[in-house]
Amino acid sequence: MAKQLIVNPAPHAHSGDSVRKNMLNVIIALVPAFAVSLWAFGWGALMVTATSVAACVLFEWLIAKYIMKQQPTICDLSAVLTGLLLAFNLPSNMPLWIVIIGALVAIGVGKMTFGGLGQNPFNPALVGRVFLLISFPVQMTTWPRPLGFASAMPFVDAETGATPLAAMKEAIKAGDAGLLDKLPDLWDMAIGMIGGSFGEISAIALVIGGIYLLCTKTITWHIPVSILCTVALVSGIFYLTIPGAAAPQYHLLTGGLLLGAIFMATDYVTSPMTPWGQIIYGIGIGVIVVVIRTWGAYPEGVSFAILIMNAVTPLLNMYIRPKRFGEKKKA
Amino acid sequence: MKTFRIGGVHPQDNKSYSANQPIVECPLPKHAIVPLVQHIGAPTQPVVAVGDKVKVGQLIAKAGGFVSANVHAPVSGKVTKIEETIDAYGAKMPAIFIDVEGDEWMPGIDRTPNVVRECNLEPKAIIDKIADAGIVGLGGACFPTHVKLLPPPGKKADVLIVNGVECEPYLTCDHQLMLEHGEEIMIGIQLLMKALGVKRAIIGIEKNKPDAIKRMQELASRSLGVEVKPLKLKYPQGGEKQLIDALIGRQVPSGALPIEVGAVVDNVATIYAIYEAVMKNKPLVSRVMTITGKSAKKAGNYLVRFGTPLQEVIDFAGGVPEDTGKIICGGPMMGRAMNSLDMPAHKRTSGILFMPEAESNRVEPQNCIRCGKCVQACPMGLEPYLLSKLSAYDKIEELEKRDIMDCIDCGCCVFTCPSHRPLLDYIRPGKAKVGAAIRARQAEQKK
Repeated sequence: MAKQLIVNPAPHAHSGDSVRKNMLNVIIALVPAFAVSLWAFGWGALMVTATSVAACVLFEWLIAKYIMKQQPTICDLSAVLTGLLLAFNLPSNMPLWIVIIGALVAIGVGKMTFGGLGQNPFNPALVGRVFLLISFPVQMTTWPRPLGFASAMPFVDAETGATPLAAMKEAIKAGDAGLLDKLPDLWDMAIGMIGGSFGEISAIALVIGGIYLLCTKTITWHIPVSILCTVALVSGIFYLTIPGAAAPQYHLLTGGLLLGAIFMATDYVTSPMTPWGQIIYGIGIGVIVVVIRTWGAYPEGVSFAILIMNAVTPLLNMYIRPKRFGEKKKA
Repeated sequence: MKTFRIGGVHPQDNKSYSANQPIVECPLPKHAIVPLVQHIGAPTQPVVAVGDKVKVGQLIAKAGGFVSANVHAPVSGKVTKIEETIDAYGAKMPAIFIDVEGDEWMPGIDRTPNVVRECNLEPKAIIDKIADAGIVGLGGACFPTHVKLLPPPGKKADVLIVNGVECEPYLTCDHQLMLEHGEEIMIGIQLLMKALGVKRAIIGIEKNKPDAIKRMQELASRSLGVEVKPLKLKYPQGGEKQLIDALIGRQVPSGALPIEVGAVVDNVATIYAIYEAVMKNKPLVSRVMTITGKSAKKAGNYLVRFGTPLQEVIDFAGGVPEDTGKIICGGPMMGRAMNSLDMPAHKRTSGILFMPEAESNRVEPQNCIRCGKCVQACPMGLEPYLLSKLSAYDKIEELEKRDIMDCIDCGCCVFTCPSHRPLLDYIRPGKAKVGAAIRARQAEQKK
C-alpha cells in the first residue's frame, strides 16, 4: 500500500463536545437575563457588559502572548464568559474604568496566574467581583432603580435605591419584621423590577437559562438544586426562630442567589467532579449564604460563599469518590 | 426498557452501512498465515512440522495450559514454515504458514446446512468438545470459553447471559448472525444451559436491532427457560459486567469474574461456534466479520476463514476506499488501528472499519477543565481525569487505591472529553504498571 496509514490508540470516535461548545451554551443561557437587564437598566447595562467582555478577552490575550508566551486560547470563549459573569455581578451605573480593573483582576489574578484555563482554584469572575466590592464599596453598592422602557434613553438613570437584601438586613438587625414591608412584591422580584447587580435581578430569566443548561447537559442538577434547597431550608428555620428574619421566598429571589447557583457555582473548573461532592459543595454554599445574609457585615453573601466552597473543592475531589461499579452498599 | 446503571455514552451507531447485508463467504487465500496465539492465556504448541500436509479442521497447535485454546488448520495444504512474523500493530507473533491446496476437510465434520437438534451428550462431554474445538469468546476478549464453563469450586452459575448487544458502532456481524442462524444459536444456548446446569438464559439485544429481537423472541418462545430482553441503546452495554447489571441487576464486585454473581456470559457468535463444534464436529476455523465504513464500497458481513490475509478480505469486499486515513481492526471504540494489512484474519478480528482521513487524526488536546464529564461517563464509576494524571506521574500506590485495575478500556472517558484529552493513553500504561506491582507483591507473599 502506497499510502501511509494513520495509527493512534482507541477510541477512534468522539462525542464532538468541546470546551468552546460548553462555554457557548452558558453564554446562550445568559441571554434571557441579559435581555431583562437591558430592558430594566438600558444603556448602562450594555456599556458595562461590553467593557467587561472586551477587557477580559484583551487581558487574556495579552497575558498569554506576552507574559506566558503561549498560544492564546481566547477562541475557547472562556474569557468571554468570565467577562459576562463579571458584568452581571456589577451595578449598571458602574464607572467603566472600575469595570476594567475588575476584568484585570478576574483574568490576571483569578485565572492566568494559575496557568490559565482549567488551572484556577477560584471562580475568576467572583475574584474580580469581590476585589471590586472591597476596593470600591460605594460604587459597588449603589444601584440604579430599574426604570423599564424609560431607561432606554441613555444616561438618565440617577436615582438609586437600596436592594431588597439591604432592607432585609436592616430588619434583622433591628429585630423588627415591620421593616420588611419595604420589600418589593414577589412578582417584581421574579421579573426583575428591583435594584441589584444588573444580571441578577430577574429570577425568571435566570431560571430559563438554567433549564437550557440542564437540557443541553452542560450542567447537572446537583449543584443548583442543593444550593437552593439548602437556602430555602436554612432561611425557613431562621424565619421561624429569629425575629425580623425574612421568609425563604425572599432569600431565593433576591440578590445573586439564582445567578450564583445556576451560573457561578456550576463553573466546571472550580466545582467538584463527583455527584456527591457537588451536593456537599452546594449545601455548603447554601448554609454560608444564609449565615452571611443574617449575621455578616455585607448584606449579600453569595460571592463569598462560592469562593469559600471553591477552596474546599480539592478536598471534596480527594475524599468523595463516585460510587464504584460493584461496590457494596455501606450497611 | 433496561440498561446498566453507571455511566455510559451514546456514540452514533453507524450500523446502516453493513446492516442486513447477508453473510457472504470470502474466497480462500493462496497462502494462509495462522497465528499460534489467538486467545488470552498461555501460547499454544505446534503439533505439525514443516512439510506436513494438513486438512481443514485438523489440530495444528495444542493448548499450552488450562487457560489456552487449540488452533486448527483453517485451510488444507502444506505447512511451509513455522516462524515469527510481525502483526498489524508491529508486535511479533509466532505463526504457522500454510500453502493452500484445495479445500479438503477432516472426516467427521458435518458441513451441510442441516440443523441438528438432538444432543445426548453429558455436560462434561459438551465442555470437552468446546475445549477441543478451540472456542474462545468472539465478542472481542478471546477468553477460552471452556474455562468459563468450569466454575471454580464453591461457585455455581444460575443464569446464562447471552450477549447479542453488539454495542460497538459500525459492527453488524452478530446482528446478521442472529438473523440468519438464530435457530442454531438457540440450540447452542440449550447446550450451554445443559453444560452449566442452569435453568435460565437471558438474551440481551439493544433496541436498534428490532428484527433480531423479534426473531430471537419467536425462537425463545419455543425454548424452555430462554427469554429475550431488549435493552436501551448505550455503550458499553456489551461489556460483560455492564450486561449482567443491565439484564439481572447484579454487579460483579471489583476484581471478580461474573461467576461471583452466578452468571456466565457468552456472545452470540461464540454460541454459534459452540453449536457447530458440538453438533457438527466443526472446530473454530472461520468467523463472520463486518467490513464497513462511511465510504466502503461493499460494506457487509463476510464469513472469513482464519489465516486469510486481511488485504485479500478487503480486496474481495471492494478494496480500500480512496479517502481512507485509518483502518481499524474492530469497532471505533475499542478497535485497534493497523499499520499494515498483511495480518491474517483470526479469532479476534470482528471487523474492519475504514475511517475517512478527515476523521482519522486526533484533535489537539486542551487543558482539563475539570468538568467531570469523564467521571459521569465512566461505566465502572472511576475518576478517569485523576487516573490519567496519577499515571502520568507514576503514582502506583495511589492508582491502585483509586481502583485503576477496574478500568475496562472502553474509551467512554476519551469519547466524552470536551478538551479531547487522551486519558486512556495515560491510564493504559498506568494499569499495566499497577498490574505488575500487584503480581510482584503476590509472588513475594508466596515465598
